[in-house]
Amino acid sequence: MNKVLSRRISRRAVLRGTGALVLSFSLAPRAWSQAAEGAAAGGSSKLPGSLGKNPSLDAWIRVDANGRVTAFTGKVELGQGIKTALLQVVAEELEVPFDQVSLVTADTSRTIDEGYTAGSHSVQDSGTALRNAAAQVREILIAEAARRLKMPGDKLHADAGAVIGPNEARITYAELVSTNLLHVEAQPVSRLKDPGFFKVMDKPVQRVDIPAKVTGAAAYVQDMRLPGMLHARVVRPPSYRAKLLQLDVSNIEKMTGVVQVIRDGNFLAVVAYREFQSIKAMQALSRAAKWQEQAALPQPARLHEYLLGLPTQDQVILDKHDPAGQAAKTLEATYTRPYISHGSVGPSCAVAHLTEGVMTIWTHTQGVYPDRQAIAEMLGLPKEKVRCIHVEGSGCYGHNGADDAAADAAVIANALPDRPVRLQWMREQEHGWEPYGPAMVAKARASLDSAGRIVDWDYGVWSNTHSMRPGPAGSLLAAQHMEKSFPVPEPRPIPQPEGGGDRNAIPLYTLPSARVTSHFLRDMPVRISALRSLGGQMNVFAIESFMDELALAAGSDPVAFRLSHLDDPRARDVVAAAADEFHWSARPAPAGGHGYGFAFARYKNLAAYCAVAMQVRVDHETGRTRVLRVTAAVDTGQVINPDGVRNQIEGAILQSLSWSLFESVSFDTTRITSVDWATYPILRFGSVPETLTVRIIDRPGTPFLGCGEAGQGPASAALANAVANATGKRVRDLPLNAVRVKAIIGV
Amino acid sequence: MIELKVNGKSHNLSADPDTPLLYVLRNDLQLNAAKFGCGLGQCGSCTVLVDGAPTLSCVTPIMLLEGRQITTVEGLGTPEDPGPMQRAFIEEQSAQCGYCIPGMMMRAQALLQRNPRATDAEIRAFLEPNLCRCGTHMRILRAVKRAASLMAGPGSTPSTQTPSAASTQIDASDADSDAQLDRRRPVHSEKRERPER
Amino acid sequence: MKTFVTRHLVIRLLWILGVLVVGFMVYAWRSSIPPIESPAADSFDTGSVQRGAQLAALGDCATCHTAPGGETFAGGRPVVTPFGTIYSTNITPDPGTGIGHWSQAAFQRAMREGVDREGDHLYPAFPYDHFTLVNDTDSAALYAFVMTRQPVQARTPENHLPFPLNMRLLVAGWKLLFFKKGPYEQDAEHDAEWNSGAYLANGIGHCGACHTPRNSFGAEIVAQHFGGGEAEGWHAYAINADSKSFETWNAEDLHMFLSKGWHDRHGDAHGPMAPVSQNLAAVPDADVKAIASYVASVMGKRDQPSGKSTASDTPSNDTGAAIYAVSCASCHDGTRPLPFGGVKLMLSTAVTGESATNLINVVLDGLHPPEGTAGAIMPGFSSTLTDGQLESLVAYVRSNLGAQPPWTGVETSVREARSRERD
Repeated sequence: MNKVLSRRISRRAVLRGTGALVLSFSLAPRAWSQAAEGAAAGGSSKLPGSLGKNPSLDAWIRVDANGRVTAFTGKVELGQGIKTALLQVVAEELEVPFDQVSLVTADTSRTIDEGYTAGSHSVQDSGTALRNAAAQVREILIAEAARRLKMPGDKLHADAGAVIGPNEARITYAELVSTNLLHVEAQPVSRLKDPGFFKVMDKPVQRVDIPAKVTGAAAYVQDMRLPGMLHARVVRPPSYRAKLLQLDVSNIEKMTGVVQVIRDGNFLAVVAYREFQSIKAMQALSRAAKWQEQAALPQPARLHEYLLGLPTQDQVILDKHDPAGQAAKTLEATYTRPYISHGSVGPSCAVAHLTEGVMTIWTHTQGVYPDRQAIAEMLGLPKEKVRCIHVEGSGCYGHNGADDAAADAAVIANALPDRPVRLQWMREQEHGWEPYGPAMVAKARASLDSAGRIVDWDYGVWSNTHSMRPGPAGSLLAAQHMEKSFPVPEPRPIPQPEGGGDRNAIPLYTLPSARVTSHFLRDMPVRISALRSLGGQMNVFAIESFMDELALAAGSDPVAFRLSHLDDPRARDVVAAAADEFHWSARPAPAGGHGYGFAFARYKNLAAYCAVAMQVRVDHETGRTRVLRVTAAVDTGQVINPDGVRNQIEGAILQSLSWSLFESVSFDTTRITSVDWATYPILRFGSVPETLTVRIIDRPGTPFLGCGEAGQGPASAALANAVANATGKRVRDLPLNAVRVKAIIGV
Repeated sequence: MIELKVNGKSHNLSADPDTPLLYVLRNDLQLNAAKFGCGLGQCGSCTVLVDGAPTLSCVTPIMLLEGRQITTVEGLGTPEDPGPMQRAFIEEQSAQCGYCIPGMMMRAQALLQRNPRATDAEIRAFLEPNLCRCGTHMRILRAVKRAASLMAGPGSTPSTQTPSAASTQIDASDADSDAQLDRRRPVHSEKRERPER
Repeated sequence: MKTFVTRHLVIRLLWILGVLVVGFMVYAWRSSIPPIESPAADSFDTGSVQRGAQLAALGDCATCHTAPGGETFAGGRPVVTPFGTIYSTNITPDPGTGIGHWSQAAFQRAMREGVDREGDHLYPAFPYDHFTLVNDTDSAALYAFVMTRQPVQARTPENHLPFPLNMRLLVAGWKLLFFKKGPYEQDAEHDAEWNSGAYLANGIGHCGACHTPRNSFGAEIVAQHFGGGEAEGWHAYAINADSKSFETWNAEDLHMFLSKGWHDRHGDAHGPMAPVSQNLAAVPDADVKAIASYVASVMGKRDQPSGKSTASDTPSNDTGAAIYAVSCASCHDGTRPLPFGGVKLMLSTAVTGESATNLINVVLDGLHPPEGTAGAIMPGFSSTLTDGQLESLVAYVRSNLGAQPPWTGVETSVREARSRERD
């Protein structure tokens, strides 16, 4: 353990600079201790978090002449509470009251490019950058005060937006700031506050965005109203490869309120003055369009067979052969999951306005910079002439229709200069055209020795890429459909340690001999991209189901079996905590349809640790599973907002239960057929667990670990394990719907 | 022209009679709370009250609503003076993306207006038509229970200490206002573990 | 003289009455069949249990014998009849509160004769007037199935029946008048598939229990078999030659409707019919085909759609037309096909049939598939439409889309439907 962190540091010691906490947050697991070493050696060139993307402190933090602080982040609020968390971070390190800080989120004209708000990176990257920037700004302000008061800096401290010294000396930040005071380069090392003195970090501060959302104040891009704004709708083709054959728009142009019909190749849209007029015109336009379709989708009943038959690019991502015991028993299993929809409750929306040669787009994309780049390329505009500003949408859970809606709006606004256009997708369009989480297959094989320990392990996962995000213009539907179309970009695997389809394919368990192969599938008959946790949910579902099957074969308790293969102490703590909270060891034998399941994973083997224990009841007559009791334990490093962590884990578990109990995208050989909630049913209140508790293991002073996706995999696997425990039969194919479970338990 | 009574005020609207109420609320009256989720009556994001009954505004044409009392979330209170349902959702921090929440609130409002002592089972059953994709269900249920006790008035038992909320001791006081924050030392409950290192 | 004769007559009548009463008691009395030890689940042949499961699905047993939110087969569901409310019993093999102590003979007697193990007559809310047709092999299979279910402790609530209907002995009188004991006898004039269909539909399937009208004693009017009936606030249409469907149902149509729950030229199964078709998914296709072929033959052939009114008969109904155009047309005149799109209303027996009830029910409540299953979702309009608006809409749909003479008593039907509303 790093000795620096465990030493009790007094506040005065910190300020005197004698006990500087050295923390540098980056992605690699042992980087923080490396940075500590680097610092000791006289400074590492690597700046913490995203500071490297723009090292000028005033790109991150500004203090105005009234002492109000503005922080800038390239990340965005998705409903995960990041705005509030980042405000907490800044308010804490900068020593200003929480309500004196405001936050500007991703805007290509105002904020740093931090890529996508994805991958549970926001607190790790932006949070770390802002924490260090705020700390350094604080020190600069203290130093300025010291200069003015002609006093050594160690006699001064910052509090509530001012620098305080002896004899009631006090200078407010407002008085201290001057132009360019903060226009300095960030340092690799910051004086960070000791968690023992946190006033607002690691506290359940209420989210700043909730009051507006429950009182009808404008909060979403869907709520935007610009003067003279027009309403637009696109008409999408009936299937991926459909070509528009004939279209007579004359009747539609004559409809009341219609301003323009736009046709560019297979891209169709209509604009009207009033929203309902645009909907009626869209329906008429849809009826008037005649398409030629192609049957290019796989046979749905043989999807996984089809995937296994596709050409692959194989990569062995783990290959170790340490001496191990003699194999006494070998098990093999194949697991599958279907395509899963993001299913955002609010269909995607964007507002675009082309004026004075600049295209401004308000969008709920997770990545304003990449989306801007793609749209600029699509429209043939220089990037500087396109501005993307993030405004919240409904939860996206990854790459949904947001980027495409932004592109659609831009194409339409491009045809109507100086007129703001609001483009709203319909429910069927969001369901039918969003890029899904890929369908996947995993095969596991392992052997146990006579003592019930795993001696060898072989795991392979078949999957498409899990990201077709912009980037290139061809990732956008509008660009694919327009006359001068852009080709769909070449899919690439996301490399380890993050991974895409192979995310979490390497178990955290100690396995003497293990081989893990990622079978990358280039062919994408169905449109796919990033869905919360990427390949993580499937791989954890498969690995944790398989661990349970091995535990059963070894005659071991599932929790004890995991602990006997788990060396990471934080992982062990999380497993023990979930089991303890659940009263795992006191659980009765399965009876009357009741069953108990457990699962654990560390997201990406880099981010938060999460273990889930679950009690279910399977109705023998219908095969329907009711989730009764769920307990989760999570270790997310230094916590910024414990309530936010809890909210994210609860949400991940419930969403994962919905995926795992009910969901699969349906299609025939030509079209996607799950186009609304009737055809793609999800969890409703009738299936919500009776109780769900989340225990947070607090690790103050340790690096931030992202927790937004940590619950998906363990929840899926805990469910599968509980159902197996309840019924004595193992279902290895998601979803574990009533029909499937009934079929396997029989009469 | 069609006259509609929304949140106690009368409005004369020039929208076509076949326009679903949702678009009139949002575009003609600039009321943001009711949301477009599907336009098909499947998700409940557009729920408002019509004469106290929960109604899907996306499939309700305004021509049917003359003379009826329409209530939206904006009619339950303001940001400066939130009503009990709104306070409950704020205090329970009952939202992730928040998009489904106004529909949930109106649906719950209808329930509590007619059945102020609705049980947990009744609340769950009543909210069935409303979808939440973020998985905020547990908090929504707690918020509705809390709203019921706020509506019942002072002296009623606060409903935050429901068994499902008691994950850690932090939870109960977590929902209280930020006023607590500055005075709070980082006293972690026994369930927030800080292992020896 | 007169007094003497009268007295003599009275005495004689009293004697006759006495004999009749005693005779009736003798007829009505049933012995108790001794209780047995609950049989072990593995004492039953798997094939028998599986066939029993299929028969139970055909018979829709779980639907009646499960309380809302209760355990499957544990009973407690209220069955509202014109005579009072009767609760379905616990047919899990629980020894205390279920049928765990019932021998196979006791079970068969209940099915064949409507008498429970202890010798009490069962109310015909349990349709043993149909189950009596079930043959011995199938009865044994059903027994194997129920006795291998999860035992559940659940006491059946007391029935709410006024005196003297709460005296079970009187049911024997009902049986004397209206009950014909089975099992099913093959009809030599029809082929094997027809007979199989008739056996299933009239036996375990008890279709007539809903689809046949009843007399004032609550017994099916045999002469009007499949002539239409009521169930749980819904109308079960005539499925004989009096069928008012727009298009003729042939065996293929019926087969698809029964096994999938919908047909694009007829509509969806709703109300009490929805679980029937959901259960038929667990039943061998040959059985569903047989039932379809039997019912089709009962319906007979019709040369053209039933009674179209001429244009001049159709009243103008601007309100109804306007409501239809804005609230209904987008789905019901849309391009989305069944089962997820709305049926063309002129094709639906809900519009062309003999009762307004079903149309009113669906308009008010909408359609909601079981959670987690794909199925048509239709919003309900109970809070949107006033009674007057609903009546206009119903009239418009009936006359202008269905081209049928107006229903009578629509106001009453609307009031009754509203009183059944839960939301």
